[in-house]
Amino acid sequence: MTNDISVQMKGVTKRFPGVLANDHIDLTLHAGEVHGLLGENGAGKSTLMNVLFGLYTPDEGEILVNGQPVAITSPATAISLGIGMVHQHFKLVRPFTVTENIILGLDEGSPLLDLKAAERRVAEVAEQYAINVDPRALIHDLSVGQQQRVEILNSLYRGANVLILDEPTAVLTPQEADDLIVTLRGMAEQGKSILFISHKLEEVMKVTDRVTVLRGGRKVFEALTKDTDKQQLAREMIGRQISDLERDESAFVMALAGAGEDLGIEHHDVGSSQKQAILTVSDLHVKDDRDLTAVRGMSFVIHPGEILGIAGVDGNGQRELVEAITGQRPIEQGQVWLEETETTKWSTRDYINHNVAVITEDRQKEGLVLEFNLLRNAVLKIFDRPSFSKNKLLKFNAIDDFTGKLIDGFNISTPNPQVEVGTLSGGNQQKLILARELSQSPSLIIANKPKRGLDIGAAAYVHQKLDDERKRGTAILLISGDLDELFALSDRLLVMYEGQVLGILPIENADIESIGLMMAGSSRSEIASNRSS
Amino acid sequence: MTAISEQIRHIKWRAIWRQVYPAALSLILALVIGGLLLLVSGRDPIAAYQSLLSGAFGSSNRFTETLVKMTPFLILAISVSISFRCGIWNIGAEGQLILGAVASTWVALSFSFLPPLIILPLTMIAGIIGGALWSGIAGVLKAYFNANEVITTSMLNFIAVYLLAFLVNGPLKDPEGFNFPQSALIDSSFELPRLLEGSRLNIAFIVALILVVAAIMYWRSTVGFRTEIVGASRRVARHIGLNVNWTIVLVTLISGGLAGLAGWGEIFGLHFRLIEAIAIGMGSLAVVVALLGELHPIGMVVSAFLFAALVVGGNAMERSAGVPFALVDVIQGVIILLILARSYIFRARAS
Repeated sequence: MTNDISVQMKGVTKRFPGVLANDHIDLTLHAGEVHGLLGENGAGKSTLMNVLFGLYTPDEGEILVNGQPVAITSPATAISLGIGMVHQHFKLVRPFTVTENIILGLDEGSPLLDLKAAERRVAEVAEQYAINVDPRALIHDLSVGQQQRVEILNSLYRGANVLILDEPTAVLTPQEADDLIVTLRGMAEQGKSILFISHKLEEVMKVTDRVTVLRGGRKVFEALTKDTDKQQLAREMIGRQISDLERDESAFVMALAGAGEDLGIEHHDVGSSQKQAILTVSDLHVKDDRDLTAVRGMSFVIHPGEILGIAGVDGNGQRELVEAITGQRPIEQGQVWLEETETTKWSTRDYINHNVAVITEDRQKEGLVLEFNLLRNAVLKIFDRPSFSKNKLLKFNAIDDFTGKLIDGFNISTPNPQVEVGTLSGGNQQKLILARELSQSPSLIIANKPKRGLDIGAAAYVHQKLDDERKRGTAILLISGDLDELFALSDRLLVMYEGQVLGILPIENADIESIGLMMAGSSRSEIASNRSS
Repeated sequence: MTAISEQIRHIKWRAIWRQVYPAALSLILALVIGGLLLLVSGRDPIAAYQSLLSGAFGSSNRFTETLVKMTPFLILAISVSISFRCGIWNIGAEGQLILGAVASTWVALSFSFLPPLIILPLTMIAGIIGGALWSGIAGVLKAYFNANEVITTSMLNFIAVYLLAFLVNGPLKDPEGFNFPQSALIDSSFELPRLLEGSRLNIAFIVALILVVAAIMYWRSTVGFRTEIVGASRRVARHIGLNVNWTIVLVTLISGGLAGLAGWGEIFGLHFRLIEAIAIGMGSLAVVVALLGELHPIGMVVSAFLFAALVVGGNAMERSAGVPFALVDVIQGVIILLILARSYIFRARAS
């Protein structure tokens, strides 16, 4: 490992309206090193990388490449400076071959295209870095992992010395992820600098030489990977003053090491608790859009008057879980029960007809029709019920009354019910969804990130309403990546990682730090053993 | 209580005005641009527009002729507006009209021994089915194979036009028609009753007005609501458990059926036989009329009437003032452009 500095970012600051996304961040990349960049969602990782790749211009600070101050104004500048980026979503032309994608937009010196020669050059570069890809293969015939290799090859072919990988393993199977790590290590040995963005601690420990942690737009920690450990990184990532939340140490260890056994019994022994539970999920397997298994054998129950919080980093199967238990996505294996009815094969309509309330993750694209007025959105899911239509004709007076009640009951501020919902504030939109979903006295509420994008007042209102529902005896499944939200509301916490249940803890036995660690992929026994040692 | 209803009435008027004024302004601007073109080409725009107006409204005969022209425009506009409000850019009204005309004519010619009271409903149903099947092809391709309906419907238009040409030059050609490309006349007892002595205005016009009422009811029904939800967002529609694919197919079937009905009206009300030119230009006119009417049934009554006047008056203008009919096409074109750009021109200014 050399100490040559390839890129140095000094005091980089980037502001967006109302947000300080990057606050005077320093970052140094050495040649021949894999540098991990860790942080929760919204910590500023992507912004920083977009600054380095020329997609954003920093408001303050400077960037030095090979010791020279540079202004990276566009991705083209970044590439010409030897900086390459592999995005989470690949930028490949699917009907083209690997070689065609790689030489796309490059000036190969001649007006005529010599594909054969290009293929040879691509194959050479691939061989040099031991990247196993057929230059003649069509992109749409390749697996996700292979496509990612094409992206890496693409950067290398353009002479990249610095490679930015934005959560590269998020889209990969575990085997593909292992292969990627081998490739990245090989590239580092040949003197490349690699910036590896992730929130999976396991991987960061395995692949990186050095690690930087961002939190709330600031750099809070940097160390050589060998000098730190997962616990420390998790602590830095989540950034809790331990003293604020510290519970009795011995009780904590008990909870993790001992009580976990009891909990294990609870969630495996689904049969006996089936009777009193509102929602029972047993050995659920669900595939995602890419046909990979996203939920692998999840089991849990929710009882009346209980909020079960699902903690997990985005993209660990939460979306697929919600879609499976609301009838949007087929269930490959396992069962779902609503009280004593098996609902494994239910359609979305069935769930709606049984008043299962859903607060969708993206209220503007899934929960509401923004160009419709409040009246239409209020009855969006129930317009065909006898209270709102007769002989297929809508009963506008009934809809007017109903919407008026929702507006009054939930303090939705709107000039009148005729305005387009898109003109309302995010908080009022969410109130409308809440009002609509709670109006049918649900026995189960599935709330996916219910306070996403809301200001403090609106978020508190949403929490209040969910709490009221719990008191009424409703079972609530709360999915969130925000630990504050989960801790504020949940009765029990389920930690979800790569589509599996890592553990279910009663809230009084959980602490933010260990949950944060588990979200990043540490098993409970690891945490317990570390704590007790 | 009265205060509240007063307030609601006030809101509604403002909403209506917001919808109407971009369309009205588009029309006026198009007429002004047309006038400037006339000036540049050395003609008197005032005189030309005067002859246009008198051509469309100058006598009771002219006026009824405008209503006759308006009939298919209105039915086709209602047809495409249902697709448009479902987010389906069906531009195949022309082909669907042709298939409706072909199917209903074929029934009338083949079963001419039946009494008119049986044959008229039968031909009407045949026309609806003919149009619906034609658009249904595009609907199924859209719903289940995600084929772009702009392409499929316009390709189906070509097929329909050439199918019609083949039929009136071949299998359905009138044996006593002096080799003209047209079918035999339907039995005169099958002709739709006239509404006014000496004019061509017939029952089809009443059918069009009934369809306006039906369209208003449709948008107040659960099916209409579902149509608009699917049109606004397929994603929301799926989230609330609507069968998006079936809705798309259903809506294209309804649209096609209405266009087929327009074809039936043209045959049994006006031409009494299949002719090659039965649908020329109607498809694109239907789109303009629908858009100018803001896809609202009442709005489309107004715009269909204006366009019929423009066409009838334009013909008269060509004859009496020597102004080429192409001017009408220019005005049409300018209106399309302004309507398409209206969200930028008008709404941007409003905010």
